[in-house]
Amino acid sequence: MTDLKKTPLNAAHRALGAKMVDFGGWDMPVQYPAGIIAEHQAVRTQAGLFDVSHMGELRVKGLDALRFLDWLTPNAVAKLEVGQIHYTGFLTERGTFVDDLLIYREAGDDFLLVVNAGNIAKDFAWVKEKAKGFEAAVTDESDATGQIALQGPEAEAILQGLTDLKLVDIAYYFFKRGTVAGLPCLVSRTGYTGEDGFEIYCRAEDSEAVWNALLAAGKDKGLIPAGLGCRNTLRLESKMALYGHEIGDEIHALEAGLGWTVKFDKGDFLGREALQQAKDAGLPRRLVGFRTLEKRDIARDGMPVVKDGSRVGFVTSGAPSPTLGQNIGLALVPTVDATAGTRIFIEIRGKAAEAEVIPTPFYKRK
Amino acid sequence: MYPAELKYTKDHEWVKDLGDGTALVGITHFAQDALGDVVFVQLPEAGSSHQQHDEFGTVESVKTVSELFMPMACEVVEANGELEGHPEFVNEDPYGKGWMLKVKIAGGLPADLLDAKAYEALVSAESR
Repeated sequence: MTDLKKTPLNAAHRALGAKMVDFGGWDMPVQYPAGIIAEHQAVRTQAGLFDVSHMGELRVKGLDALRFLDWLTPNAVAKLEVGQIHYTGFLTERGTFVDDLLIYREAGDDFLLVVNAGNIAKDFAWVKEKAKGFEAAVTDESDATGQIALQGPEAEAILQGLTDLKLVDIAYYFFKRGTVAGLPCLVSRTGYTGEDGFEIYCRAEDSEAVWNALLAAGKDKGLIPAGLGCRNTLRLESKMALYGHEIGDEIHALEAGLGWTVKFDKGDFLGREALQQAKDAGLPRRLVGFRTLEKRDIARDGMPVVKDGSRVGFVTSGAPSPTLGQNIGLALVPTVDATAGTRIFIEIRGKAAEAEVIPTPFYKRK
Repeated sequence: MYPAELKYTKDHEWVKDLGDGTALVGITHFAQDALGDVVFVQLPEAGSSHQQHDEFGTVESVKTVSELFMPMACEVVEANGELEGHPEFVNEDPYGKGWMLKVKIAGGLPADLLDAKAYEALVSAESR
């Protein structure tokens, strides 16, 4: 058995009694003793603390950095202010996904790219290859960087006591550099849960100190550590894509419902032609949200969507929703079935279970 | 964690012989811990008959689903109706409130059921 990769917080998770699992080659906590449902509810009502240090951080810097990234990705990099962030993708020529990521503009010519843990090596090689011919240096800072996500309505109150930054001045999808627990950090108001919260980037060797300081500061506000199990249910309720599920090599940006990240009104970008053609031709399939009608029917990732005995689509993500008390999911279905109220059928262990297409996001914070 | 008076299967079910030809059936601490928070338990109706090793239902947790296998040939007398509204009983009290079925044993308890010691050894090996 190959050794799993560990984040700087591995010992901390074990000390907290976490149940550890192999997540894409990383030894990560799926839950702590509280359990997935309690951790999910904590994030929605108070706060949860996630180790996301396994994620990747790439830097693109140089005279051509902006021009390169604006061609490489579909969203409008030129419109990012210094201190601003946007969500985007690395697209293939077919408009399908190599990965999804956040781009942080640190300076006129300096960009931090935050990518998925499972794709770091792939993304780094890909970006370096595409950068040939541009005056832009691409470096991988992942191993040197720790990342902790503090998410929930109490997040700001908890973090404010530990930082010299004025958090109220950091708007959603903006960031600043400052200190947390006296240590140099980048703090962004971003997250993967649908709640208010922050993602805190620090030096790898400072991760444990930042983690412990946050847990202590949040103790009387209900902060608990939260694992990958509830990270999935939270992002699903908020209809946020997961690589390998809603996006991937076989699904393009428009059918995944991510057309809002594709700026056709800017210049040329990788995947533009394929996406323009797809748009002009009309999309044969789309990603929709659904809920099953029977309590016993829980749709899971990969289950087929069936019509008259044949497979017409599939579930990209499915799970019971702790906040809604319903069994929800996202599925790629024929466009004709993609309107709210439509009944679809999902094959669950050989049986066609009825589900209703419903609007997304399933949950929206007040 | 594995009460001495119960019998166990390698599929992580437990059996409690009630001494009058009937028994209770549920899943063990190991099983509920591996599953995580249980959200739904699908059980057969009273009056249904089953062979040993028959799949008799499923346990759904937030992250996964697991099948349930009948520890012995039997007829279902009663399914635990409380689990409909309180699936978490399976996690909180797998040998008590989390019981799943009351059955009438057909043909006696099988010889291949494990005692607590043997089951504990199996679990330790599986946990490695």
